[in-house]
Amino acid sequence: MSTVTTTADALAVPARQGLSSLVLARFARHRPAVASVVVIACLGLGALLADRVSPRDPLRIELAHKFAAPLTKGHLLGADELGRDVLSRLLHAGRISLSVGLAAMAVTVVVGTVLGSVAGYFGRSLDAVLLRLTDAMLSFPPIFMLLALAAFVRPSLPSMTVIIAVTSWMDVTRMVRGQVLSLREQEFVTGARALGAGAARIMVRHLFPNTVGIIAVAATLSVARAILLESYISFLGYGIQPPLASWGNMLNNAQSYFSTAPWVAIFPGLVITLAVTSFNFLGDGLRDALDPRSVQSRA
Amino acid sequence: MRAYVARRVAQAVVVLVLVSLGGFSVLHLAPGGPAAIYAMSPTMAAEDLERLTRELGLDQPLHVQYVKWARGLLTANWGRSYRDGRLVLEVVTDRVPATLVLMLSAFSVAILVGLATGIVSAVRQYSVFDHLVTLSAMVALSIPTFWLGLMGIYVFAELLGALPPGNIGTIGAPFALADRLRHLVLPASTLGVVMVATWSRYTRASMLEVIGEDYIRTARAKGVSGAAVVLKHALKNALIPLITLGGLQLPLVFSGALVTETIFTWPGMGRLFVDSIGYRDYPVLMGILILTATLVVAGNLVADLAYAAIDPRIRHA
Repeated sequence: MSTVTTTADALAVPARQGLSSLVLARFARHRPAVASVVVIACLGLGALLADRVSPRDPLRIELAHKFAAPLTKGHLLGADELGRDVLSRLLHAGRISLSVGLAAMAVTVVVGTVLGSVAGYFGRSLDAVLLRLTDAMLSFPPIFMLLALAAFVRPSLPSMTVIIAVTSWMDVTRMVRGQVLSLREQEFVTGARALGAGAARIMVRHLFPNTVGIIAVAATLSVARAILLESYISFLGYGIQPPLASWGNMLNNAQSYFSTAPWVAIFPGLVITLAVTSFNFLGDGLRDALDPRSVQSRA
Repeated sequence: MRAYVARRVAQAVVVLVLVSLGGFSVLHLAPGGPAAIYAMSPTMAAEDLERLTRELGLDQPLHVQYVKWARGLLTANWGRSYRDGRLVLEVVTDRVPATLVLMLSAFSVAILVGLATGIVSAVRQYSVFDHLVTLSAMVALSIPTFWLGLMGIYVFAELLGALPPGNIGTIGAPFALADRLRHLVLPASTLGVVMVATWSRYTRASMLEVIGEDYIRTARAKGVSGAAVVLKHALKNALIPLITLGGLQLPLVFSGALVTETIFTWPGMGRLFVDSIGYRDYPVLMGILILTATLVVAGNLVADLAYAAIDPRIRHA
């Protein structure tokens, strides 16, 4: 009964507004995604301005303040086993964790886009080989593979980034491959080919612009994954090394101080959860906004 | 169907070969290499190290080592642990039951809760309950498992004293089922949370798809009551695509198990893996990597074949 009206709406809307404002309007309707943008902005600003807004030096050891409870001795979120300010450490750790997340996302997306486009466009044996390789990489439980790799390299920002990307490129590859596979049969691609465009030109000029939407979604989700994975390896002791703080390694010894100082364990975990949830919701919102068919389903 | 089975099995074999190559090269190309642990030992003389390298076959070219190792893998000769000289196969299989118990309990809880919430969510789409479930599923997918475990220990063991904070049973006590179950509750729930979220989301999506089908409307039009339509007509068909989810989830479940076992000092494969990394125990590490990946490949194969057996559209695609 509502088919007539929705079709009319769908036809009427693009005539009045541009595509970008339509996408924006659809995104604004996804309330968790909008809230996530705010949260991510706050976390990002906190990390960027960590030097200015931190109440204390995150590395300054003050044994008199050992395990100071939240809201005492000038520690808003308390102090850890060495009397270091938890809030200041969280802000500075944000730099590390968010940088690893964003850098790993960049590598993941570049590798995934290139491999996915090549596999999808050329098809045949190249596609089959890449698909099996993807399957093989997906068969390793990610944390096992990550630990095996992380344990044998000196932990640093670049090495963490590469290791996370090595274990994460498969999802983007599959998504891009699927999209390219369906696009390459379309008439505008045949048209370009008829005009003499080579494979590289078709991929860059014609296919890539049409995959930007799903790449944006995949990129956002892979930031979430990278932040989570960084926290796992750092927590297990093979990631970012103390005294430098990352959200994961702040929880290293937290288990031993439960009875005396639960806040040392609670706050870093809350921040990780907040950051990862926000990036996941952002990806969700982008998917809904960029895909006209998914207005209904939000699964 | 026979052609489909043959194709899927052949693919799985290729993937397994790639998996073994991957696991082998990761650990052998890593800086330090398998001999690094011995080189670090102060009591190890240079000539001893050389002799050991020769005995372990580490001086041979990589492809020779791989073939030798792969042949051993197939003949149940997985080498000996560098740490204590025990057979790798024995060391690893000793730990399998604990991991299986943990994973199966988490799986069962996750499937039950996930199906229930997913069905209600789909039937009452856009209700408060639906929004709540969607929201908490997303949060559950984003919580680091190790932190969730820590919080569980803090609340239920530290504050309430209701449950033990770790281990598979009371140390030194004889086997007792009730005691084992009490120790299982926290780790299994921790591991189950991520899985519940996935099952709930997939169930909801699958149910929504089915509910929109013509035959559901037909059933309703014929006067079948609401609950009967949902449970008899819709659920049965919505469950079919979920068969593959079990297989797809395995890698994440193994990863979650590793973290959970570490937090709760659970004597499973994941903890063995973490310990073995500390000792640079290459044969055990490779054994676990290959075993888990093989289980994942097998799980996906079984799930795909079951799916194709039930839904003929798949095998002809």
